[in-house]
Amino acid sequence: MDLSEINFAVLVASLIVASTPLVLAALGELIVEKAGVLNLGVEGMMIIGAVAGFIVGVETGSAYIGMIAAAVAGALLSLLFAFIILIMQANQVASGLALTIFGLGIAALMGHPYTGIKSPQISTISIPILSEIPILGTMFFQHDLIVYLSLISVLTIWYFLTRMRAGLILRSVGEDHDVAHSLGYRVITIRFLAILFGGAMAGVGGGYLSLFRVPQWTEGMTAGAGWIALALVVFSGWRPFRLLIGAYIFGGITILQLNLQAIGVNINIAVLSMAPYLATILALMVISMSRFRGNRGAPGCLGRSFVKTI
Amino acid sequence: MKRVSKFLSASLIFAVMVLNANLAISADYKVGFIYIGPPGDHGWNYQHDVGRKAVDEAFGGKVETVFQENVPESADAERVMTQMALAGADMIFATSFGYMDPVINVAKKFPKVKFEHATGYKTADNVSTYSARFYEGRSVVGHIAGKMTKSNTIGYVASFPIPEVVRGINSAYLAAKKANPNVEFKVIWIFTWYDPAKEADAAKTLISQGADVILQHVDSSAIMTVAEEAGVYAFGQASDMSAFGPNAHLTAIINGWAPYYVEKVKQGMAGTWKGGEQTFDGIGAGMVIIGDLNDKIPASVKKEAMAIRDGIADGTLHSFTGPINKQDGSPWLKAGETADVGTLLGMNFYVEGIEGDIPK
Repeated sequence: MDLSEINFAVLVASLIVASTPLVLAALGELIVEKAGVLNLGVEGMMIIGAVAGFIVGVETGSAYIGMIAAAVAGALLSLLFAFIILIMQANQVASGLALTIFGLGIAALMGHPYTGIKSPQISTISIPILSEIPILGTMFFQHDLIVYLSLISVLTIWYFLTRMRAGLILRSVGEDHDVAHSLGYRVITIRFLAILFGGAMAGVGGGYLSLFRVPQWTEGMTAGAGWIALALVVFSGWRPFRLLIGAYIFGGITILQLNLQAIGVNINIAVLSMAPYLATILALMVISMSRFRGNRGAPGCLGRSFVKTI
Repeated sequence: MKRVSKFLSASLIFAVMVLNANLAISADYKVGFIYIGPPGDHGWNYQHDVGRKAVDEAFGGKVETVFQENVPESADAERVMTQMALAGADMIFATSFGYMDPVINVAKKFPKVKFEHATGYKTADNVSTYSARFYEGRSVVGHIAGKMTKSNTIGYVASFPIPEVVRGINSAYLAAKKANPNVEFKVIWIFTWYDPAKEADAAKTLISQGADVILQHVDSSAIMTVAEEAGVYAFGQASDMSAFGPNAHLTAIINGWAPYYVEKVKQGMAGTWKGGEQTFDGIGAGMVIIGDLNDKIPASVKKEAMAIRDGIADGTLHSFTGPINKQDGSPWLKAGETADVGTLLGMNFYVEGIEGDIPK
């Protein structure tokens, strides 16, 4: 066992890649939840994005067109959810679960002819000058376009939620839809848009898996990433930057585990594989303790149906 | 309104359930196959499906084959096999190690159905097992790997710590060490047969730690894709995977199930099939095939590799020929002695020189 054999620059670079699908999907869900809607269908929307992105990517030969298709597919599936919960006012938890089951099934069906097919070529974008810095360059500045976009979206969403009027309106809808409604804001429309955005982001996260990270289509390839994304939103206390850090911790443990194995550390792999989930449970316990409740950031109307009274 | 939406959600779930495959069979002799993954994996399952198609072709319309893909190694496997038996299957090929207990359980319930279980060790009156001496193929690729590595570090992505996989690591290591005494193996266990994301992550990790040749005992072609991108070498697992890495793909260990499947179905139809048999064939019988050699391999190494292949095929060479010590230094095989089948089938130790422990 020799720790110096681990290349930490590459370790950090690969944990960023491993975490990017989580960051994208969780950011989308963050906006949805800030608007007061709990969509448990993230996993389903991710896998639909993964399969649709892959199919379009293979057919057009461009991974980026594939990513657009992934966003559209995720948004389309979330449209179904939006219709059921906003117009039909169904229970959000049950509808979200149904969305996941439905998404997994449909994706398996659509992707069937595409298993074991090569994905279109992608290239990494090395940022000039910065990418040549030793260590830091490898860690942060030699990635594909989507990684940079995910970081930009963290910043954008933070700015939108905390510095923009539109973000304030979105949050007010999530905090108290009756008050927002009486102030003249269109609660249903705003939630509709938020859900569509969440779907598109989840789709992009899935597309990143099948087009960039693996890159290949496999049935059930999201393997629970959607659920981790959901947990991350809570873990982050509905804050974009904490969400990013949380996602990198998740990715980091996964990649570190592989690195430790390769240098021959005798570890219990089951324990390490469990670690991210244990960390989630612990985080949930900590933030649900009363002392922290004040700054938890959970929207007041999360998961509640809006019934127009006037 | 609420009732309508409840109905909608319920019908969504129902629609997904209806999408399950239909397993009705209707021919003279019916043969079922269950696969652990999709036949489109271009690996393990793909080759079993090649074997199934060979059965279709060999008997024309007299034999009908059905298959079920993505069958988990759990109670689901029992359900699928029971369903096949109830639908009139005369013979069932269960093509993954983890189907072992389900096969034994279902075989008890259907004594007239003949079961063939791949890579397992439990048999019954109507259960036979078959496995290939993949380790023979690993001697060939191990030799090539030892000759091709420049960093003297060979990465190995392993699935589960079962004898079959341990045997492969040992065999590849012994051959690589013989070809290049400075060679070192790094092994990552990922505890799955088929998860392209995990396989790719493991391969990337090994490459980042200096490995420039990657061996795999997992099923997808993700590692080949990673190797091609990183400019290192890899070997196709179960099928030729050169489409995924024309430069990286040195050769492949290809599983040749077709002759065995055709033979067993023939025996089944003729009534000469026997239960309780354990077939363990290798390169000689055509159950393990070495694929095309990449032109990146120097002619001299190609020649040596082919000599190893041919020597194993005609029995003059054995992958495990002493003197070999176990990892802890205790002697296992004396000079000139070769390993017996029993030890090979239950192999649970590394040979001397491999670092790290086999996970429990």
